[in-house]
Amino acid sequence: MKQNKVRPLGLLLCTVFLLIRCVPCLANPTLNVGSKRFTETHILGEILTQLAQTQGGVSAEHHAELGNTGIVFQALKSGEIDVYPEYTGTISQELLKDKSPVDMATMNAQLAPLGLSAGVPLGFNDTYALAMRKDQADKLGIKNISDLVQHQNLKFGLSPEFIGRADGWPGVRSAYGLTQAQPNGVDHGLAYEAIAQGQIDVMDIYSTDSKISKYNLLVLNDDKHFFPAYDAVLLYRSDLPQRFPAAWASFQRLQGTINAELMVKMNAAAELNHVEIPEVAKNFIATAILKEKPDTTLQAQQPNFLHQLFGGDFWILTVQHLELTFGSLIVSIIIGIPLGIWCARNTLAAHFILGLVGLVQTIPSLALLAFLIAIVNRIGFLPAAIALSLYALLPIVRNTYTGLLDIPKSLRESAQALGLPASARLIQIELPLAKRSILAGIKTSAVINVGTATIAALIGAGGYGERIVQGYTLDDHLIMLSGAIPAAGLALLVQWAFDGLETLMVPKALRQKPS
Amino acid sequence: MISLNNVGKTYDKVVALHPTSLTVEPGGTTVLIGPSGCGKSTVLRLMIGLIVPDSGAIEIDGTALEISNVIQIRQKIGYVIQDGGLFPHLTSEQNIVLMAKYLGWSQSDIALRLTVLTELVRIPVDNLTRYPHELSGGQRQRIGLMRALFLDPQILLLDEPLGALDPVTRSELQTELKYIFAKLGKTVVLVTHDMGEAAYFGSEIVLMRDGKIVQSGTLTDLWKTPSEPFVKDFINAQRSPLEQLTEVGK
Repeated sequence: MKQNKVRPLGLLLCTVFLLIRCVPCLANPTLNVGSKRFTETHILGEILTQLAQTQGGVSAEHHAELGNTGIVFQALKSGEIDVYPEYTGTISQELLKDKSPVDMATMNAQLAPLGLSAGVPLGFNDTYALAMRKDQADKLGIKNISDLVQHQNLKFGLSPEFIGRADGWPGVRSAYGLTQAQPNGVDHGLAYEAIAQGQIDVMDIYSTDSKISKYNLLVLNDDKHFFPAYDAVLLYRSDLPQRFPAAWASFQRLQGTINAELMVKMNAAAELNHVEIPEVAKNFIATAILKEKPDTTLQAQQPNFLHQLFGGDFWILTVQHLELTFGSLIVSIIIGIPLGIWCARNTLAAHFILGLVGLVQTIPSLALLAFLIAIVNRIGFLPAAIALSLYALLPIVRNTYTGLLDIPKSLRESAQALGLPASARLIQIELPLAKRSILAGIKTSAVINVGTATIAALIGAGGYGERIVQGYTLDDHLIMLSGAIPAAGLALLVQWAFDGLETLMVPKALRQKPS
Repeated sequence: MISLNNVGKTYDKVVALHPTSLTVEPGGTTVLIGPSGCGKSTVLRLMIGLIVPDSGAIEIDGTALEISNVIQIRQKIGYVIQDGGLFPHLTSEQNIVLMAKYLGWSQSDIALRLTVLTELVRIPVDNLTRYPHELSGGQRQRIGLMRALFLDPQILLLDEPLGALDPVTRSELQTELKYIFAKLGKTVVLVTHDMGEAAYFGSEIVLMRDGKIVQSGTLTDLWKTPSEPFVKDFINAQRSPLEQLTEVGK
């Protein structure tokens, strides 16, 4: 009978574990800094964080590369983060939906009802622009955006955000009367490779991108002055200066300290020379703010893969990844097994529930995450764990259902004929007989969860995905591998662990094909 | 006593049992026999409430069998099926004592009853710690019988209990079962398709065909006053190997 006892200890431990995770948010106030999913705001976010820690004397946390504009802005509104680097053009055109160019005062008047403010211009304008390969542009005689009108066959590869933004493709197209076909959506990090290989001809760029010169691109002249100014500023919760006065004072010292040239240089240090971003930020603070020492470390560094793999945040990311994987798995088990039992008892419920959990699988992960962020009104662990739990439901529900249905009729009837009531039959006979199938479902979910958990990094929930996302935005394969390899390794470990668990928990007679 | 009063059952327009009345007297062994699909197993499964009849009423020891009391009534009936119906994830002993444990019997009562039954069905004690797949067909059937008898029910229903056994084991178990039935004096209903087995066990034989009872009575009744030619045909259809020897002798 020993094998059949429920083990409440494991459940208890997991619950305690999850609780502990939530407690620190009740302790000392932490200044939360956010950044979007590209190198420049990652660097700026890191600078803010380090300034708050070293000059402001507060505990500060950087939620690096939280997501695109919408997700980071949502996080700021809900108070998950207190400040993040933003661009004036984006604030007016995209966040406030104001088509006319506005100054800071008007913008702040519009932001005030949201409890937000914009300020501290950093000193550079990172405008959107369109770029082409220099040799191709020269051959076709293209210098200005308006020259594109004569070249119908050019292939546009634009970032999805640019395609969707009012101050992006729709605006450029109507301002210049462009009639080219609908552009392809290409991620910003990949578009440089694509244009270098000739797969696309025109892409959108940020004027401070480090790769413009590396890939020998020509930035087309905005001859109709369509793109507004994208001056880098801080977008913050209006109560930030009162809550963290010292940190706020240190932020104000940033005003006008970063010109376009310096920003390009810092972007290049991170993207092309593989200097770690915290190092870039530290260097900036030392030289530009504290005027301590000459700039030396922004030179190219030879990346060391083993150092990269097990360095610094490895164990933190591992713990985050395990929390995401198993926290959500436990929830799926608690919900999925009863649902599976219900399906096995009721044909109508089976149609409905199996259809529904199957449908969840077809929702793209990014769409589901964005939807959940809107519902729970926060980013990070919670929406990511809910999404993973939803994805993990199908194998558990389905295997519980088929495991119960596959019990031979003679055994089900024997249990009935003995005079056991339904609940006792379920616990003593049916679930143990279906255990192998249920365990296989849980194993499938766990292994899938390990892989799917990497997308949680897109909304700031951490885990190995953080390295994959980082490597992807930096176009650095080694960083990407340093996240992908541990994730694959963990998936294998989980698989083996469950194989071992099956040997322990399922009696030998049931491990062969049931008769 | 078990009585069926105009009990009928239909599955998807296929009649498994036409409205049938049958009374099983206490203490004896009644055998239900007939060709495959004649409805003999259906009758047995109706008696223990695995099937709910479309019409008619079933009474077990004077109590009408209903959804509300089916659990209690099942606990007063022992039920044995082909190959024992043992739960593969439990050892023999766990299978046997499952219900007693569920009903909260004391350890000593369980141990005592286990000893009595182990002696009754003559099974080596080491079989009790084994899992069903580690036992032979005959051993599994003995364990199944112990499980059915554990709560000391007044009624024992057996659905082709020896159907999957080799002839030697089968004959051995037939002898022992007959001895056990006689010793315990239970009301036994046994389903078989083997006329030899029916004749060996049955004080009362109920012959069925196409969901109806053709005739019931002792073997002598059936043989001497068959209600229709099928009765004699069915009895004659059982071929004895000795028949062949006489053929050769000619």
